[in-house]
Formats: sequence, C-alpha cells, structure tokens
Amino acid sequence: MHPTFSIVFFTTASGAGFALLLLIGVGVPLALLPDDAGFGAAALLVAAVLIAGGLVSSAFHLGRPERAWRAFSQWRSSWLSREGALSVLTFVPAVIFAFGWLAFGATGGFAGLCGFLAAAGAVASVYCTGMIYASLKPIRQWHNPWVVPNYFALGLMSGFLVLDLILRFWVVRPVGIGLLSLAAVLVAWWIKESYWRSIDAGTAASTVASATGLGRRGAVRMLERPHTEENYLLTEMGFRIARKHRRRLRNIARLAAFLVPVVAVLVALVWGGGAGRIAAAVAVLSAALGLVVERWLFFAEARHTVTLYYGADQV
Amino acid sequence: MTDLPASPPGRKQLGLVIDLDICVGCHACATACKEWNSGGHMAPLTDFHPYGGDPQGVWFNRIHSFEEGDGEGARTVHFPRSCLHCAEPACVTVCPTGASYKRAEDGIVLVNEAICIGCKLCSWACPYGAREFDADVGVMKKCTLCIDRIYNDNLAVEERLPACVMVCPTHARHFGDLGDPNSAVSEMVARRGGLDLMPELGYRPVNKYLPPRLDRMAPAPGPAEPPAAPDPAEGNRLLRWIDRLLSR
Repeated sequence: MHPTFSIVFFTTASGAGFALLLLIGVGVPLALLPDDAGFGAAALLVAAVLIAGGLVSSAFHLGRPERAWRAFSQWRSSWLSREGALSVLTFVPAVIFAFGWLAFGATGGFAGLCGFLAAAGAVASVYCTGMIYASLKPIRQWHNPWVVPNYFALGLMSGFLVLDLILRFWVVRPVGIGLLSLAAVLVAWWIKESYWRSIDAGTAASTVASATGLGRRGAVRMLERPHTEENYLLTEMGFRIARKHRRRLRNIARLAAFLVPVVAVLVALVWGGGAGRIAAAVAVLSAALGLVVERWLFFAEARHTVTLYYGADQV
Repeated sequence: MTDLPASPPGRKQLGLVIDLDICVGCHACATACKEWNSGGHMAPLTDFHPYGGDPQGVWFNRIHSFEEGDGEGARTVHFPRSCLHCAEPACVTVCPTGASYKRAEDGIVLVNEAICIGCKLCSWACPYGAREFDADVGVMKKCTLCIDRIYNDNLAVEERLPACVMVCPTHARHFGDLGDPNSAVSEMVARRGGLDLMPELGYRPVNKYLPPRLDRMAPAPGPAEPPAAPDPAEGNRLLRWIDRLLSR
C-alpha cells in the first residue's frame, strides 16, 4: 500500500495527542499529576495541537477536502466515519475539562467527569483508527489481531514520552511517570515485534488461483498485464518495498522508536533537572522519527489482493 | 446510509457472467466500456497524458492474461476484471459519507459523485481492484453495470445491455438477474460450475466466472503408448460392424 505522508503524520500525531489527553484526563482528576495551571495549559495545548494537526493533515489526503464534513455521517457502518465523529466529539468534554481546571481550578466533580469522558473518547478514537485498517480483509498485514494493540501501544508510548518531557518543566525528577514511560516503550516494542513476526509468518488465504478461479490445470501465472503503463491500482495498492530496505527500515524503527527512547528515559530517570529534560526531549524526538518510519513501513509492507491480478503469486 | 439493503433470497441481483473458456482477450469490452462511460453516468473517465509517454486513465474493465498449467496441458486464459457488484460489498460499508451505495432494487453498486470526498478507503476495501480514483475530479469511479443503458428507453430493447456485453464478439459475456435461480444466466452458472472470485473473503460477488472447460485440455504428456496389438477384427466386416456398435 502506498504510504501517504498526510496519513502517516495523522496517525502518529493524533495517536500521541489522544494518549496525552487520556493520561491528563485520568491523571489530573485522580490527583496523580500536579494540579498546576501552567502544566495543565502546556500539556492540554500540546495534546490539542497534535490531535487537531493530525485531523487537518488527514484532510489533505482527500480528493475533495471541502466535503470532509460529510465523513461524520456514516458512523453506523464505517470505522472511518466513527473515527472522525469521535475525534471531534472528544473535544467537547476535553474543552469543558480544560476550562473547569484552568479557569476555576476544579479537577473533581463535573470537570473531573469530563476529564474521564475525554479520556474515554481518546481511547475510542484510537481504537477506531486501528479498526479502519484491521477491518480491511483484502490486506493480510492489516487484517491482523496485532494491529489494534499496535495503535494503542504506540500511541500510549508516545503520549507518555511527551507527558514526561512536559512534566519535567514543573517536577525535577518525575519518577512515577518516568517508570511508566519506560514500561510503555518496552510493551510497545514487544507488541511491534510480535506484529512483525506475525506478518512474516503467515500467508494470505487468497492466491492468484482463488483470485481468478483458475488452477484446475495446474499452476496459474500472469502472462500479460492489461496495460503497459501504471494505473491507480498499481500506484496506490501495488506499492512495494525491497526486502533489504524493509529490513534496514525495521532496524531504524527499532533503534529510533524504542532503543534510543529506552536509554534516554533511563538517563532522565537517573539525572532529572536540565540533563533529564534534554534526555526526555531526545526520547520524544527520536520516538517521533522512529514512529514515522514504523508507520511508513506499516503501509509499505502491506500487500493488497489486487496485486494478485498483476503478477503476485500470494499476498 | 451506507448500511447494506436487506437482500432476501430471490431479490433481483443484476450482474455479469463471464465465460473464461471462450474469451479471446480482444479487449473490445474494455474499449466499449471506456467509450460508453466516457459520456455516461460516471463521466468523465479522465485520461492523463493520453498522447504522451506515460498515458494513464480511469477504466472500469481491464483484461488480464494468465497461463494455467504447464507443458502441453497448459492453456492461456484471458481474464476480464470489473466490479462484481458483491452481495456483501465492504466498499459500501466502509464509506464514511454515504456516497458509496448498493441499490436495493437491483443490487447495482454505485458511487454518488456529488458527495464522495475521495478518501479512497473503498478502493482499499475492494479485493478485486474494481474502483479507480479519478485524480482530476477528486472522486472515486467504478462500473455502473451501464445503468444508463439497461434502463434506457431511448435505446432499442436489444441494446439495453451493458456496453461490454453488447460488444463481445465471442459471446463470452452475459448479463442478467443472478438473484433469480431460473434466469438464463443462473442456469448457465449452474450448468458450467460458475465460480466466485476469492470466495474466502466473504464478499459474495454477484458476477460469476465460468472456468475453462477441462475436456478441451490436451492430453498430459506421458510415456509413449506401446504400438497397438493387431486388431483381430480387422478384415472381418461383421466383426468390424459389431466393434463399431459396441464402441458407441
């Protein structure tokens, strides 16, 4: 599948933003995070920018962006519509929570409830993002039980890393969040490796024989394409990545998204203060780069059944 | 809503039956489709650089060629590919705007271009590559089963067929109601063992493909047969006649 940059950016940015919203929406009403208006304003602003930036970016992927509002209508059947509707709806409790907290200092009662509702909306939105891909049966690498856990784990990991960085401007050495960030990165790494193992192991039930209904005489192979030049199907669904590049890119993702953040978070846990802030910033930047590579690969490694009609034996 | 219409058994399901045994791969169906639909319901079927070095464009029908088997038993099979108007079309249910829909009255899957946002998700959800994005107009395009021919009162009755079916010089393409088990197309499918493409995905395509007949298969290459023993009946007219009788 062709990795469109607007979608790579949308899924990584909104994943981090929703996870940050989840952590604040739960952590502040339960008094697990500091009740400080400056911290609140910074954290909520970063979350809003990540979510809204992602949503705006996703609209650039559309052929007719001016009609994007229509995408909120088909929530009964479409995961994409559910994602769009829930992402926007989540802003309602999030704004009430932010207003209650920052303007009136209220983190319990109705404001706290809105924090929980915003957190629930964030979780539901990320679930819908994962399901958009996991529900597509023609793409084996997406129609896979590890896809939704991947979106959750990678989002949560990036949310924790961003929260850890922001928190360090108010708390010298936030040990609890640091340890949780470390755990989140390790869990996300394990889930990503499990996903890669899973897609490497299996093959799709669909083959060129089932795609054409042929095979009673023996093996089926393509003789001639319908057209000599590219078409939409080949550029959008026929995107391929060389095996050696795939391996190298996976290693880059491992290094940047997981290994460097693990080391940086450990450094930040030990030192705190200015050095801790620098280490946490390194973790965030490295993870951002690593997750963009990881998300790019998520598309590039996905192979659509339509390629069976264009010379692929299996997908 | 992009929910699917209820489809009780016997509900009309218009579609195509494509005979892979006799398709000669002439691409006339693809060309006729392009010609009609360039001015039809989903028009235009945009072309990019049509006279340049890298021509590309939107087509609803594409003819692939495959080889099946090896050696003398092998054969070439030409394979026209277009929308199968599935009974369970995920391209419809994934649509976030309601632009993609399946008609309750005849099962045809269509796109309402006026509300399509061009998110391309329907083309990802289609296993068969039936949908092609028109980058010029910014919306998705697909086969309409020539909805503007089959119900067109301005055409002679015998021309109220999809353009691809009308033009096929070998009668490899047939159009009819596959929801009716007694229709000519349904009987043809039953007689010839018509197949669904990628049945494992559960889209339940309406269009059916008739596989190449096996009795036209050349004998598999094997060890040469030993020369036949002299026939004892040779020379005797009566025994020859009995032999012919018994050989029937």
